[in-house]
Amino acid sequence: MERFLAQNWTVIQPALFLVFTGLIVLLVDLWLKEEEREWLAYFSLVGFGGAGVIVVRQWLAVRGLETPITGFGGMMVLDTLGLLFQMLFFLVGFLAVLLAPGYLTRRRLQRGEFYALLLFSTAGMSLLAGAQDLIMLFLGIEVLSIPLYILAGFARPRLDSEEASLKYFLLGAFATGFLLYGTALLYGATGTTAFEALRASEAAAAPRENVMFMAGIALLLVGLGFKISMAPFHQWTPDVYEGAPTPVTAFMVAATKAGGMVALIRLLYWGLGPADDVWRPLLGVLAAVTMTWGNVGALLQRNVKRMLAYSSIAHAGYLLIGVLSGGVGFVAVLVYLLIYALTNLGAFGVILLLEDGEREALDIESYRGLARFHPGAALLMSVFLLSLAGFPPTAGFFGKFLLFTAGISAGLTWLVVVAVLNSVLSVFYYARVIVKMYMQEPVETPAFSRSWLVAGALAVAAVGVVLLGLYPTVVVRLITA
Amino acid sequence: MIVPVSYYLVLGAILFSIGVTGVLLRRNAIMVFMSIELMLNAVNLSFVAMSRALDSLDGQVFVFFVMTVAAAEVAVGLALIVAIFRSLGSADVDDAHVLKG
Amino acid sequence: MVPYVAIAVLFVLSTGVAVMIMMVGSLFGPRRPTPRKLMPYESGMVPVGRAMQRMPIRFYLIATLFIIFDIEVIFLFPWALVYRQLGVFGLLEMFTFLALLVAGFVYVWRKGALEWE
Repeated sequence: MERFLAQNWTVIQPALFLVFTGLIVLLVDLWLKEEEREWLAYFSLVGFGGAGVIVVRQWLAVRGLETPITGFGGMMVLDTLGLLFQMLFFLVGFLAVLLAPGYLTRRRLQRGEFYALLLFSTAGMSLLAGAQDLIMLFLGIEVLSIPLYILAGFARPRLDSEEASLKYFLLGAFATGFLLYGTALLYGATGTTAFEALRASEAAAAPRENVMFMAGIALLLVGLGFKISMAPFHQWTPDVYEGAPTPVTAFMVAATKAGGMVALIRLLYWGLGPADDVWRPLLGVLAAVTMTWGNVGALLQRNVKRMLAYSSIAHAGYLLIGVLSGGVGFVAVLVYLLIYALTNLGAFGVILLLEDGEREALDIESYRGLARFHPGAALLMSVFLLSLAGFPPTAGFFGKFLLFTAGISAGLTWLVVVAVLNSVLSVFYYARVIVKMYMQEPVETPAFSRSWLVAGALAVAAVGVVLLGLYPTVVVRLITA
Repeated sequence: MIVPVSYYLVLGAILFSIGVTGVLLRRNAIMVFMSIELMLNAVNLSFVAMSRALDSLDGQVFVFFVMTVAAAEVAVGLALIVAIFRSLGSADVDDAHVLKG
Repeated sequence: MVPYVAIAVLFVLSTGVAVMIMMVGSLFGPRRPTPRKLMPYESGMVPVGRAMQRMPIRFYLIATLFIIFDIEVIFLFPWALVYRQLGVFGLLEMFTFLALLVAGFVYVWRKGALEWE
């Protein structure tokens, strides 16, 4: 009984803060008029900022400790890895809120639920970051996913948004089924759901002798594979990312990938560490398939949102190299996710500038000659796309460098070779947009809408990408200190 | 006489497989969704059976959470299906094809 | 396995008897159908409308809300078993949980989801 009374609320403090901010947004919204709703955006910025301050303070306090603090009977842990991931989530949430108000007002979608759901979803990620039990893993993933099902359909009654939402929901729930069945089998094989006990169990020491344990690992990987859009479970990604409202897509691309990665790291290393000879080869092959499939798919796209969706699948493949490398690999994954989040939010921010409520710059042809009309937007888009492709001296190059060196030092040379070849392939489709913007004649005046909030988000993203490219070691030193 | 645990686990596996088959074969969104619910309940059955066999309560606690989360999913899912039925006039997943590459 | 054999025998016997009675009735009984006899049986009332008619969308809304609030109560059961051991802390925690449900209720109410017309 004492085990359960020792709650230690500090471990879920950031998530609690986000949930209560979200509740306030949800309830205050009921008494607000349409034109007052933009204030809810500023309030949720305070929410993300406040949660950020909490995790930074926790990080400063936890950094020097030998043994990490646990809470709720060992279900949650407060360690530097989890806290750094949470900082990333809150940064992404903050920037996604900056992207939203202009878009929502133009489309007459300005409702408080948008911000509340964004806050709830981020709270789910925050729980995932410290999960030390299969129950927490499941709850974190669901708290992350359920708000996103609704957000994907937020542009209702636009049919593409509703369809994206339905597809995301049905496939997400299907994946949840696999995840749960895997959990049930692991529980049956070991008699526990806690990562610590799972790690110490007999089944984990000799996994090949326990069919139930093996099947459990496989099903869990299927379930999580859906969430991080790992091939061959990635088919929903392009449809959902295309149909969802653009600010929601930006959030999903940047944040859910990070949430899925931290869940995978926690499960594989904290829960199934001793059984790594089972999942390591499997995940390695899937990583290679994922990046190749994503890049080939992106080559064929004419819609920019779909192209970025396929590119995000490819990036999931690169990130898996870091996950497989362990240790240094986690630092590489974190830095890469930070760079990847900033570049993607930036690219979606530019897409959001180039729309006016009726026309949206989704088709690749609408980027023809953009440099003529809006040289600033074209320059920013080029920087972000080059960073996604991994060109030096942008931050994307440095991120890939970190991931690949971690992979080589972990003996994954073949995978790194595949990834480098893939990066070369990816240059084609990123460069295609840049060529359209600078070297082709425009057909029509592009749509454009000025927004200070979007400009602010773009500034943060651009400064981040450039600084991380110029002074890459600073952030690594900060993380590993 | 007591029914051995393995019977429950086999039943759970069969129900789960029926659910997966339903999701893959059915075209009506409601039926797909019901198949998913069947999968979740197969998991619940396995959890409770294992919990009993292992003499540990963790499995039953897990079932509580699965049930509540499934209820939340039902609420969101039904609302989505009703919304798409209103604008499409059909709940067939094949009729939803605005998005494709 | 023995007790199950008895159940199986009972099952077969009861099904067999029921089928036999219905067969005997339809083979030997006189058949004089009238419109009133062919009507669907709705507890002696005259049936109203078709069985496959469409439901107003409001039923779905109410049903959806019912599911959520109904299932969340599940957490009260384990709590009720151990609330003495949990003491004041457990009580406060449960009240926090219920307060969250009330927040949801306020939201639903204010949004007008409970209005029938």
